[in-house]
Amino acid sequence: MEHWSPAATIEAEPRPPSVASRLLRDPKVVCAGGFILVLIVLALGAPLIAPMDPLAQNLLLATVPPAGFADAEPGYLLGTDGLGRDVLSRVIFGTQVSLTVAFVAAGLACLIGSLLGLLAGFLGGWVEALISRLVDVWMAFPPVLLSILLVAVLGTGLHSVIAAIVVIDWTRFCRVVRTETMGQAQMDYVIAARTIGFSRPTILFREILPNVVPVLIALLTLEMGIAVVVEAILSFVGLSVSSDTPTWGGMIAEGRQIVHEGWWVLAAPLAALFATVVAFNQLGDGLARSLDPVLRR
Amino acid sequence: MLFAVIVNRMAMALLTLAGVAVVVFVLLRVVPGDPVAMMISPGASAADIAALKAHYGLDAPLFTQFGIWIRGVVVGDFGTSITLHLYVTEVLASRLPATVELAILALLVAVILGGSIAVAGTLMRRTAGEAAIDGLNSVMLAVPDFIWALALVLVFAVALPVLPLTGRIDPSLAEGFATRFYLAESVLTGRFADAGNILSHMAMPTLALALPLAAVIVRLLKQSLKEAMLQDYVLLARIKGFGELRLVLQEALRNAVGPTLALTGVQFTFLIGGTVIVERIFAYPGIGNLAIDAVINRDFPLIQGLVLLFGLIFILINIGVDLTVAALNPRLRHA
Repeated sequence: MEHWSPAATIEAEPRPPSVASRLLRDPKVVCAGGFILVLIVLALGAPLIAPMDPLAQNLLLATVPPAGFADAEPGYLLGTDGLGRDVLSRVIFGTQVSLTVAFVAAGLACLIGSLLGLLAGFLGGWVEALISRLVDVWMAFPPVLLSILLVAVLGTGLHSVIAAIVVIDWTRFCRVVRTETMGQAQMDYVIAARTIGFSRPTILFREILPNVVPVLIALLTLEMGIAVVVEAILSFVGLSVSSDTPTWGGMIAEGRQIVHEGWWVLAAPLAALFATVVAFNQLGDGLARSLDPVLRR
Repeated sequence: MLFAVIVNRMAMALLTLAGVAVVVFVLLRVVPGDPVAMMISPGASAADIAALKAHYGLDAPLFTQFGIWIRGVVVGDFGTSITLHLYVTEVLASRLPATVELAILALLVAVILGGSIAVAGTLMRRTAGEAAIDGLNSVMLAVPDFIWALALVLVFAVALPVLPLTGRIDPSLAEGFATRFYLAESVLTGRFADAGNILSHMAMPTLALALPLAAVIVRLLKQSLKEAMLQDYVLLARIKGFGELRLVLQEALRNAVGPTLALTGVQFTFLIGGTVIVERIFAYPGIGNLAIDAVINRDFPLIQGLVLLFGLIFILINIGVDLTVAALNPRLRHA
């Protein structure tokens, strides 16, 4: 720049691209988001998309290998399980439980954890001490053990699984949001809002909360991946939904038992679980990168 | 000063453990379903059920039950397992060594594997090699031990059946150990064939627990190493003519390892939490596998003992990490 002037500098600085366009240019985010959209479509349209009834047993066609292997049966793309049920249809129907848990459990954990985190970070004092101590006690439990304990205590079923995940994982949100809120509460704009005389709820929810939301969205996406795994683990142990609802964890448990007779009964739901977890993670990482105001600059 | 910190941490730890004790006790008792219902035959009369409840002290008021339990815990008596009919302390003592060996081996594997990959990535920085490591690692970071364990089953027990699928040691070899630390004992007494057999059983659960931790170590250590490589002391060593590998290992690593050490300590508690499901998958006879059985059978005294034991292990690791970090960092030591 030959003729330097402050105005020229300001004009020359390109406007930062919007968050949406940044996200759409990130191939990881597009792939991961696309995959999750496909899962949502599969879950909603399972009865139309699945080639067979996921519960229909055919003991004459038990442990049929996937298409392309010797002794494969036409129509059973991913083979059948020990009771002759179509593995592909069961994987497709399994998305229903996995995604329900991902969205409902992670959403509720986020809601409760962030609320407590906001209060702890903003109010400080004994509220902060109490909530922090509670988080410490919670973190002293191994999460898998605590979730099994909770579901054993609450009884099996989708509600219990969701409740267990919320009860365990609210701490993840609470800790992050508490730290973020404490940082934000020191900022000039909060001090300004105080000086103007805004009420404390107004400052907390209108001023601080919007600045915590970006971190929260990324964390929520990561939590969805965790929730899917926890549900699978509980199904694996036999503590999730009843055995006549197809779930990936339930299929994995059955596949683990007959792994030498039919590896595909384990491999198919495991691959679905793996892809889903990786997709939620990549999406969460991408969102964190795009939404973080510091990293964006 | 350090002493005061330790005392403070111990006091907080006791408070947390007390909280854990209350939470697990209340949780088990305020909800419907009791262990007597799980163990009694369907035709039992109400009198039989009442007698059995009285036998296990489950008919007393909640506060009395808690008082009896806590008084026992303080003197090291955790009660009797309802399903195994053994003292809880005995059961825990017989199962804990298997988990300790598994967790420590997994930690070692994670540190060696993660450390080597981080050093390799630093040596290959700004090349396609580093990009490949980063890409692979971002996927590895997402995959939990549960998925690794089952993927390993498919690879090493089905596709290439080279590793035993379940257990800790071939049953025929399990006799003749003086302690429950089979791996340590067989190595120390020079029974390397036994050690090999034990290691082949431990390979899959160890890897399943180690890989997620290794991924975390790779990410943080590589970042710290790359930052350290830009420092003046590394430049000075470079001018002295040190080779690149020596620069990373001798100069950068010593200064970069602090944050990774602290994080590895925290992650080690997650690894121990992971033993619960990984031991289940491989039918490995540790406390994790025991915990799932205890919960399914509603074995209250055993569950309480297990949860307190897990809580104690977590807290001890956290304190150990804090002290190690403080001891290694002179600025914190004198603060």
